[in-house]
Amino acid sequence: MIEGAKWRRWVYFYIPLGVFVLWLLFPFYWMLVTSVRPDRELYRPWTAPNYAPFWTAHPTLVHITDLLTQTLFIRWMANTLFIAILATLISLFCGLLAGYALSRLKFPGGGALGTGIFITYLVPQTLLFIPLANIIRNFSLGDTPWALILTYPTFLIPFCTWLLMGYFKAIPRELEECARIDGATRWKAMLYIIFPIAVPGILSAGIFAFTLSWNEFIYALVFLSSAEQKTVSVGVTSELVRGDVFYWGQLMAGALLGSVPVAFIYSFFVEHYVAGLTGSVKG
Amino acid sequence: MARVILRNLNKFYDDVHAVKSVNLEIRDKEFVVLVGPSGCGKTTTLRMLAGLESISSGQVLIGDTVVNDLAPMDRDIAMVFQNYALYPHMSVYDNMAFGLKMRKVDRNDIRKRVQEAADILGIQDYLARKPRQLSGGQRQRVALGRAIVRHPQVFLFDEPLSNLDAKLRVQMRVELKKLHNRLNTTAVYVTHDQVEAMTLGDRVVVMRGGVVQQVGEPLELYNAPVNRFVAGFIGSPAMNFAPARLRDGAGKLHADASGFGLQLPADIAARLRPYTGREVIVGVRPEDLQVANGSYPPGLCFDAMVEVVERLGAEVLLDLQVGQHTMVASVEPGVAARRGDKLRFALKPERLHFFDASSEAAI
Repeated sequence: MIEGAKWRRWVYFYIPLGVFVLWLLFPFYWMLVTSVRPDRELYRPWTAPNYAPFWTAHPTLVHITDLLTQTLFIRWMANTLFIAILATLISLFCGLLAGYALSRLKFPGGGALGTGIFITYLVPQTLLFIPLANIIRNFSLGDTPWALILTYPTFLIPFCTWLLMGYFKAIPRELEECARIDGATRWKAMLYIIFPIAVPGILSAGIFAFTLSWNEFIYALVFLSSAEQKTVSVGVTSELVRGDVFYWGQLMAGALLGSVPVAFIYSFFVEHYVAGLTGSVKG
Repeated sequence: MARVILRNLNKFYDDVHAVKSVNLEIRDKEFVVLVGPSGCGKTTTLRMLAGLESISSGQVLIGDTVVNDLAPMDRDIAMVFQNYALYPHMSVYDNMAFGLKMRKVDRNDIRKRVQEAADILGIQDYLARKPRQLSGGQRQRVALGRAIVRHPQVFLFDEPLSNLDAKLRVQMRVELKKLHNRLNTTAVYVTHDQVEAMTLGDRVVVMRGGVVQQVGEPLELYNAPVNRFVAGFIGSPAMNFAPARLRDGAGKLHADASGFGLQLPADIAARLRPYTGREVIVGVRPEDLQVANGSYPPGLCFDAMVEVVERLGAEVLLDLQVGQHTMVASVEPGVAARRGDKLRFALKPERLHFFDASSEAAI
């Protein structure tokens, strides 16, 4: 904490923090304001005498109701949820086992394998989608949710593996050794001792993986083509911009509603999540 | 019947030979302490015994069974770790019950055994707590409890008291000894603390560089160390060493060191005769150096200058300058020595130790 006079606290702490928070929250505020602003205000030129970009005198829910009734938005939400949950589960499962093996088991090439997995995470998606598109076509998965459920793990598994590896390494080895002397097999020691202790780490990995899949754009854009199959991120941007017409109200309503689940998950798990990042196990 | 036999035990880590041909027979109900400086292979030996470390070559027998290829859980052992290794997400009760649950012991039986162990260790009131709500000493008790509920054939301890503060360590040491007397189970205990080794062990195994140096009862190690390492390791403050040359003078054997010369009595001289004209190392324990009162024969006395006086209450430690050596003497608190004093010290010949200068083995 900052010591000394009260003004020092304000100058060095509250004011910079306040500016920072405002800066971060402004896009969300903009989203909110735009989504409840009637069209006649939205398309008013900025030179108009009554131009007021930061608030509205006539809030309306018409964009939101339009979005929910006139477009496939609800369908997109369902698609995204389905894809994100499955991709997260697959990646967590693989990441748990891989992370455990790489941090605990000694086997030839273990270190190289760990590095290798990390390197795959560094390959940019903007390059990887080209060969992946070929594979998706060969397996006739194009335009189905499976195209994403099976490709998202290509970056989620390395991510989960590395995050969990670090977490498992922080758990004292003796706990497991003790469990194995106590009569647990390696599997049971993992299930009853290591995984319960690693819950904060597993939750953080899960939240991250879920968020990454929820927000993913390129694969979703490339592998899905029909409007009913799209995810929120692609649906909103491709279906609500027709030609050069931007349906700003609906666009922002979609963006706002699309970020609600992620915000909800974050706030719900925030305590575990922070514990996971600081990653301490105290005996 | 749970004796433990280590037969020609070896451990290699890549090209490091961590444990070298260890042979040891631990009798049923015996409390054996492995002691040595860090990196001496004592923990590795214990871990091979527990099954946590693979055995490079040799055999481990528990009871009459070769356990080399048995999983830790099948060896019927219990281990207490230095950092307690309590399961942080479980209550004290569940920590203690875990091993029994894994072994599918009947639920009522588990409750009875946990209760019994908790009574022995005085942790009945903490059974519902989580480990993080306990103090260091309480955690160590829980770790002990977790071991004793299993009624194993052998207890293994890996520096269990090292994380406790000095006062608690002494207290727990006594309790461990009581516990062993009560349970009467074979125990193998690893520590780097020679005081723990001396107080707890029925027998003590001193190790260095992966090699067993000496196995014996505590006083045997103290009184008759087989080499300079054991002599220096056991006892606190450590034994004083000084190189000396043996010389035959008018039929008597003399040992000449920097700052003092000794005329050796006949029985010792007989033993040292083959080393005449050569260099040996003289070892003398601080507690065997006493301020001379005049009645001592002059051939066993020497003068020294006091450099530091450490008053510990029950004894006084004097850091002495003797010729080119420094020595420590532990004398009675009544001795009024001050820095810079010149004092005359006497040696008890039967308390002297002699070591070969090159092999460092006791002569």
